[in-house]
Amino acid sequence: MEHVSLAGRIFRGVALTLILVFFMFPIFWILLMSFQTNEQILRIPPRIYFEPTLANYEALISGQLRTAAGNLQISFMRNLFNSFVLSSAAVVLALLLGVPAAYAFARYKFRLGETIAFTLLSFRFAPPLLVLLPLSLYYQQLGLNDTYFGIVWVYQLIALPLILWIVRGYFEDMSPDIEHAYRLAGHSWREAFTRIAVPLAGPGIAAAGLLSFIFCWNNFVFALILASADKQPVTVGALAFVTASGIQYGQIAAAIVLSVMPTLLLALYAQRYLVEGLSLGAVKG
Amino acid sequence: MGTLELRDLDKVYRSRGKPPVHAVRSLNMNIEKGEIVALLGSSGCGKTSTLRMIAGFESVTAGSIALRGRRIDELPPARRKVAMAFEGYSLYPPLTVRQNIAFALKSQQLSRSEVSRRVDTVARLVEIDDILESFPRAISGGQQQRVSLARALVRYADLYLLDEPMGQLEPQLRAVLRGRIKNLLAEREMTAIFVTHDQTEASALADRIAVMEDGVLQQFASEKELKNRPANLFVASFIGEPPMNLLAADVARSDGGFGLSIGSDISFQMRGDALGHTAQKALGELSRVRVGIRPQKIAVGTGDARVRVVSNQWLGDQSHIAGECAGNLLIAVIPSRIAARPGDIVQFALEPRHLHIFGPDDACIHHAEVS
Repeated sequence: MEHVSLAGRIFRGVALTLILVFFMFPIFWILLMSFQTNEQILRIPPRIYFEPTLANYEALISGQLRTAAGNLQISFMRNLFNSFVLSSAAVVLALLLGVPAAYAFARYKFRLGETIAFTLLSFRFAPPLLVLLPLSLYYQQLGLNDTYFGIVWVYQLIALPLILWIVRGYFEDMSPDIEHAYRLAGHSWREAFTRIAVPLAGPGIAAAGLLSFIFCWNNFVFALILASADKQPVTVGALAFVTASGIQYGQIAAAIVLSVMPTLLLALYAQRYLVEGLSLGAVKG
Repeated sequence: MGTLELRDLDKVYRSRGKPPVHAVRSLNMNIEKGEIVALLGSSGCGKTSTLRMIAGFESVTAGSIALRGRRIDELPPARRKVAMAFEGYSLYPPLTVRQNIAFALKSQQLSRSEVSRRVDTVARLVEIDDILESFPRAISGGQQQRVSLARALVRYADLYLLDEPMGQLEPQLRAVLRGRIKNLLAEREMTAIFVTHDQTEASALADRIAVMEDGVLQQFASEKELKNRPANLFVASFIGEPPMNLLAADVARSDGGFGLSIGSDISFQMRGDALGHTAQKALGELSRVRVGIRPQKIAVGTGDARVRVVSNQWLGDQSHIAGECAGNLLIAVIPSRIAARPGDIVQFALEPRHLHIFGPDDACIHHAEVS
């Protein structure tokens, strides 16, 4: 490591602390809020010391939201389950479609190849609101409104380009001669793809899958318009906490903690793959 | 009929927005069983493209490839019965060296003991028997190259394609391996084509050398033939170290032959009976030709060409003397040391019998006498 002067090190420490506080404080505050009642949260000035309560989590898990106006049914756990099903299904489908496509784009030059690849990427540029109106009209006609399949399909707009472009870069980085050697030894290109190319691109595929899982999980707008209550993921389900008698800050905070947990754990677990996979070429053969 | 026949082989790379690249132009080659052939040429001359078309990784734009009498240019690589060592080694990272080599035998359904016997034999041959349990990432480039070579040689194939098989090896090991591989190939009567840009390697390993340039096969002959009877200017200047001296000469008819003069300082008298019939006819129609003489054929200290020395290097077993004469640079190689400094005038002897003569289309119209 290069030598850094004392002032430089202090500056770096301060800067890192500031950035860390800036990003972590809201999450820390939400964690605190999730153990407080609405009254404690809304107290002025807010306090760090309070009597923690598990009422928020109880309400979420039991599905009973007690408000001043009476009991409300909420389906938070169902939403969480939906998020899980929708995101996983979308990523699995995107991997099944995207990895072979990425391989084709990386290995074979064909007419309109670049155009198709770029068109797929351009789905990421377009604001979702732009396509939502026509999409919801089509969905109504096709009967895809409010179906898991319909949402998984529309999530391909999020997951597919991501997987395609990350994994493609990964395949391009691998020498095609490794597959060539395998094919000369008496195997078909299909075997070369499944037994050589895919395993070698493993970290890249894992990273791309993980990222697209997180993006799907975080999606709000598609699910809001195209799904009704029992198919909605947590991002949309969280709206239920805005009730007639006020906003249930405590439950919202608890809901956030619960819904962040899966992606957070997944990301922590797969952090190594993420770094390795996104720094293309780090795992050259 | 040869083991491998390339007929009018063409390869054109087309990519959008760029002019097409004609990498190989109507290539015809006939390689016999057990023959070792070197594809020699500078980078981008089409030698690797040729190899890849034979292996089946590049499609053939036009022409055909036949191996042992069967057309293979439409077959998938797996069914061509061809083994190849790649320039970039292309080992499977998750497998050990032993597994990498054994992998090539997997589809042949051999017994375990047979596989391990063959792996051990070939590993000893290329001196990697001590790293058989290592992983590719843990071994050096030279070792990886030998593993790649072993992976090709362990198979029994109709044809072996070796792309720069020894480029990364130390000179000493290279010399040893060259001999061993040559023996192995000869012993098993293996037909092999290898790509190289190293002339020494080509002459040491190959029975015949195919010199390529700009996608065109310039000459396909033994090393001796290439040296003594180069087909054209390119081969003449490409083969041999240091390269042949090439000079522009004016042709004048004289009684019983032709006079060739290079500037006003050097001139040759070529007797008609020393030239062949076709050479005489060609010279009769030309006023200007290029003549070539190998540096080894120039004698220093005698002769009538007065040369101003530019450099004089003693390489331990021979001297390279470069000198200027009438605007031309001449290089002479002699087996002894002489005390000439830059700026000194020395005499070079250029004898007419050592001259190659090239016409305006660069084709050779007269070869030097073979001594």
